[in-house]
Amino acid sequence: MSESGPADPGHADLDRVFRSEHGRVVATLTRRLGDIDLAEEAAQEAYLIALQRWPESGLPPNPGAWLTTTAHNRAIDRIRRESTRDSRQAQAPMISDTGDDPGDPISSVVDDRLRLMFTCCHPSLATSAQVALTLRLLGGLSVAEIAGAFLVDEAAMAKRLTRSKQKIKAARIPYRVPSDAELPGRLRGVLATLFLVFNEGYLPSAPPGLPTENPGTPTEPGNSVPVSPVRVSPVQVRAESVGAAHGAIRTDLCAEAIRLTRVLATLMPDEPEVLGLLALMLLTDARRASRVSGGGLVVLSDQDRSRWDQDLIAEGHDIVRGCLRRGRPGRYQILAAINAVHTDAASVHATDWRQVLALYDQLLAVDPSPIVALNRAIAIAEVDGPTAALEILDGLPLAGYHAYQATRADLLRRAGSPEAAASAYQRALDLTGNPAERAFLRGRLDELGAAPDRGG
Amino acid sequence: MAQYLLSVHGSDTDEMPDDVQEVYAAVDSFNKEVQASGSWVFAGGLNPASTATVVDGTGNGDPVITDGPYLESKEHLGGFWIVDVPDLDAALELARRGSAACRGPVEVRPFQPEPDA
Repeated sequence: MSESGPADPGHADLDRVFRSEHGRVVATLTRRLGDIDLAEEAAQEAYLIALQRWPESGLPPNPGAWLTTTAHNRAIDRIRRESTRDSRQAQAPMISDTGDDPGDPISSVVDDRLRLMFTCCHPSLATSAQVALTLRLLGGLSVAEIAGAFLVDEAAMAKRLTRSKQKIKAARIPYRVPSDAELPGRLRGVLATLFLVFNEGYLPSAPPGLPTENPGTPTEPGNSVPVSPVRVSPVQVRAESVGAAHGAIRTDLCAEAIRLTRVLATLMPDEPEVLGLLALMLLTDARRASRVSGGGLVVLSDQDRSRWDQDLIAEGHDIVRGCLRRGRPGRYQILAAINAVHTDAASVHATDWRQVLALYDQLLAVDPSPIVALNRAIAIAEVDGPTAALEILDGLPLAGYHAYQATRADLLRRAGSPEAAASAYQRALDLTGNPAERAFLRGRLDELGAAPDRGG
Repeated sequence: MAQYLLSVHGSDTDEMPDDVQEVYAAVDSFNKEVQASGSWVFAGGLNPASTATVVDGTGNGDPVITDGPYLESKEHLGGFWIVDVPDLDAALELARRGSAACRGPVEVRPFQPEPDA
């Protein structure tokens, strides 16, 4: 909203209003018009009109409602114009189940943005398409911005979006909130997409596996922290290869993911996993300022905790406590709780590692993957010592994974086996091409007094 | 309502499972359910792709007739359903059940709407 009031909303104010209202406007019009393209175009027209008028007239009391009404009128005009030219253009809505069935008691209650989220994140769409659609339609990012964030050219991104919207229309992907029976699975898809957007913003300078903390794995000092709670995606793989390019836009992606997750949490207040994801994002984002120093990454143990954002941490902790009271844990809630323990500690040594370990036990029960087991082992090392952790690592099928080798190296170092540690650091180096990561590993090798090319 | 092609692709050289009768029975029972639900338009199983013939009538002279399937592929269309359902979710649900019954992945593809739809 504009702080300058009706007198003179600046261009930046207008942009902010447009972006924050975009999802609502497009979602409502999609339901009314039954067509996403038509809704998008109408929203665009309404923005152009607002851009002309609002600087003079000031912001209307409810900009979102003004934009929706204006866009709707424009769309109706357009349909009338085109129907005189070609009656087939006036055909019935092409999107099925617009939710306006009077027999459907939910339709009057459900926010259209929720319908739009489930449509954008429909499992029949590729993950990359889900992300792009969500950012475009709900986030209001321009095609150029999304293309920039994912390092593809604008034409390719435009094509991807067009193809996805064609599929929604032709295959009749429904515009509705899934039934209770389908909801858990479909909600997981929406959460995964939102988290992917967040990670895309957060991980470019800390790709999965980089020896630093990341949202999935806030772990102890110096240990490599492999995981992202979502499986490594093509998007993340791409991020890994390009490093910290496009930093500004990517920070936007974090903010955008948090904003959309907040919206989802408002719309689905009874879904603890939505809150869990929100808390996970907040507690991760809270550490942003301390994560990078002089272009290099700072591991959790070395971070200046006074630079952590205490407001975000307080909000995240509040949400985690609320989740605990509900007693319906899930993977995002557990990850958020792990982050809560870390952000609760004044130093890495003051961290309640037994609590972290108990949470990883819980996570492993929900998600029995070797990656989670690897992270749990890091907590084991803090509670029972590095040797106990090494025994767990020996049983994991991750030898070809650089983060596994980096973790192993650190544990071996702490267990008093510098030569074996050097060899593991070397294997980790061989397994990654990421410059920041290689620099970190070389630094560790140097500390061990081993030449970087020795080992094995 | 919209029509979807639910197609099953497989290798012609796959050996029949020992309990092939069970597969037939499961598909038969699924077919009856689809018919009872009113979503049924058509369905059928195809003979092996080796029995196919391709006719190319795009040239000026006689059509070119070729023995064998159009696509050189290990796997071919083996059978399909055409169903009429409200939306993709309904089609995906039928595909899930059809896939379980025939023990193969099912591709779901929407038909273009009728011109006067």
